Amino acid sequence: MPSLCRTCFSQFNDASRCPVCGSPRVLSHPELFELSIAHMDCDAFYASVEKRDNPELADKPVIIGGGRRGVVSTACYIARIKGVRSAMPMFKALKLCPEAVLVRGRMDVYVDVSRQIRTMMEELTPAIQPLSLDEAFMDLSGTEKLHGAPPAVMLAKLVRRMETELGLTGSIGLSHNKFLAKVASDLDKPRGFSIIGEAETTDFLRDKPVSLIWGVGTVSREGLAKAGIRTFSDLLRWDRKDLHARFGSMGDRLWHLARGQDYRKVTAHEPVKGISNETTFHDDTNDLDLLDGHLWRMSEKVADRAKAKRIAGRVVTLKLKQANFQIITRRLTLRDATQMADRIYSTARGLFDAIGDKGPYRLLGVGISDLTDEDDADRAPDLLDPDAEKRSEAERATDKIRARFGKDAITKGRALR
Amino acid sequence: MKISVERGVLLKAVGQAQSVVERRNTIPILANVLIEAEGDTVSFRATDLDIEVVDKAAAQVERPGATTVSATTLHEIVRKLPDGALVTLADDGTAGRLTVEAGRSNFSLATLPKEDFPVMASSEYESNFTAAAPVLRRLFDKSKFAISTEETRYYLNGVYMHVAESEGATVLRCVATDGHRLARIDADLPQNAENLPGVIVPRKAVAELRKLLDDDEMQIAVSVSETKVRFATPEITLTSKVIDGTFPDYTRVIPQGNSRKLEVDASEFAKAVDRVATVSSERSRAVKLALDEDRLVLSVNAPDSGAAEEELAVAYSDERLEIGFNAKYLLEIAGQVDRENAVFMFNSAQDPTLMREGNDQSAVYVVMPMRV
Repeated sequence: MPSLCRTCFSQFNDASRCPVCGSPRVLSHPELFELSIAHMDCDAFYASVEKRDNPELADKPVIIGGGRRGVVSTACYIARIKGVRSAMPMFKALKLCPEAVLVRGRMDVYVDVSRQIRTMMEELTPAIQPLSLDEAFMDLSGTEKLHGAPPAVMLAKLVRRMETELGLTGSIGLSHNKFLAKVASDLDKPRGFSIIGEAETTDFLRDKPVSLIWGVGTVSREGLAKAGIRTFSDLLRWDRKDLHARFGSMGDRLWHLARGQDYRKVTAHEPVKGISNETTFHDDTNDLDLLDGHLWRMSEKVADRAKAKRIAGRVVTLKLKQANFQIITRRLTLRDATQMADRIYSTARGLFDAIGDKGPYRLLGVGISDLTDEDDADRAPDLLDPDAEKRSEAERATDKIRARFGKDAITKGRALR
Repeated sequence: MKISVERGVLLKAVGQAQSVVERRNTIPILANVLIEAEGDTVSFRATDLDIEVVDKAAAQVERPGATTVSATTLHEIVRKLPDGALVTLADDGTAGRLTVEAGRSNFSLATLPKEDFPVMASSEYESNFTAAAPVLRRLFDKSKFAISTEETRYYLNGVYMHVAESEGATVLRCVATDGHRLARIDADLPQNAENLPGVIVPRKAVAELRKLLDDDEMQIAVSVSETKVRFATPEITLTSKVIDGTFPDYTRVIPQGNSRKLEVDASEFAKAVDRVATVSSERSRAVKLALDEDRLVLSVNAPDSGAAEEELAVAYSDERLEIGFNAKYLLEIAGQVDRENAVFMFNSAQDPTLMREGNDQSAVYVVMPMRV
């Protein structure tokens, strides 16, 4: 069976230790040198960067996240032993691991490091699809001649380089499509390298839970469970037509995934689908003034980003999380797309008022989607709101002032609440 | 209960009732029609809790009584029976079945107890008057296209029917708007309608009402209270809750000082708009109107799909004006004009434009321009 030493990169046939350097870190797989779709995931990225930059933290549990009310964005492996997980509410994480060192993330640093990793990946292939700062898909098909080595070798070298040059570890998943590559990278974390070959795909998936599928969250998992689908073998029993009838387009995708098929390409530029912004409050609130202030600030942030990208949205979405974590979302399709904070705000406010009093809330979010070019937006003023046009002009003028004198040069009184 | 009705009479009565029933509903009884037989009439009552319709028909009542069955199933059965058939409806009172017999066809339908059927509470109406069907038809037909579907502005989801002053006369007025266009239609005030409280008649009630108005000779009894409105013919009674909200002050929206006048043949105009709009982008549907002395150039320029231009001879004598509109809105208001030329009154490319038919002030439309 083709084998590769992850320490000295020698290639050989079947051995539990490298015959050249004696390292036990050996990869063996029948399809080792044929597979070319990879997923690279940094190990506890934010926490690892913090530990690297502050050696005092090295042997302490470290949690990155915002405030007492926020959620864990990353927990280091020491904290994970105690059960701390990403996206866990902070109070819960601190209950599980009271001795944890809480670090407020340094986004700018992470962005820099992410860029360095990205540069390294770009030496391997131009087909990179970043999913976030710390993970990305790579398609290395057809690069063997160029590099003089098969993808597996280049990937082993990549993570090695990240360790020596950046002091960070990552895990690689190598397979024949994106879905399985992503699944694989998670199998052997940290510092892992896992392979799912074409021949073993169905056997591998059979007893796995469907939650393995990226994008199957708690909600859709419940929907699937209701249909009696818990594992991939349950899914295999379903007819394609029935899956489609029950789950719509998601059903088609499930049918393919059940067979380990995923035809999505690794695309460098995923088009933006929506812009949104949300915030979790320090204390659950029902205070209308306070909520209104947040609503305005978030509408403004969304509008700022839309204006920066020269796009606009036709759909405005409002998201609220009640004290009991129940999420309420409401959306409205506008006749005329917008990128103006004023219209996003007033639409979201209308949606908010229509919900009625179901607070207190712990989270509020505003977003736009169904995006279009800004030339197609804000063209038809509202007959019943003759002052809207004036407010729009004021907003454009405000934007100019802020572009020239800084973000805080001028702000609405509403934003101060 | 046991009754016999001629198929055509039954189809009409059940048809009217079943159209009120919501197709998707979670309360089983609301999918049913309440059949009540007494004397020599049978009535069919259906509701979605906001609207209730009661349709009476002459019938041979052998045994009075009442029951409820699925409105759509009964309607489908009656629809498929041969014309002229005599249909017998009978329930045995114990088995919970209604049998439907016609010729050699025999059906047995599940029933639900009549006591469970929510009959809309009767109320005191402050205003009762009679209006001819063509009058109401015009008021609602010409305004309903402008009803909004936007749920956050629920108070726009209907036609605002009220009493207003127009050029010194008191009129019965219907107004609808969705914030992009507005329709204001007046009719002579019917006798006894002076104290009519202004009410917003919801979209669905407007659609159901339309079915009562086809007969030119028909007189419609209208009753209005703060919370409900009722339209009745001798056979059909349509009762609807009105929208609980305040209709915005539309008078501010209707431009008074627009002085640039365009007169154009409405159907020629509509056809031309429709033609050039073929290449407009699916989303904005923007059409540009360029006006010069007695000349109108309609154009569309959509970078993705193409461009179109068409010239029309019109009556216009003001200075040059370029203004853009949503093609759909232009088509809809031009479609309201049926006798004379369409008269547009413009101010600027940013201000609302007014449209009316010739000099007729009893039907006025406002449309908001869009940036092109």
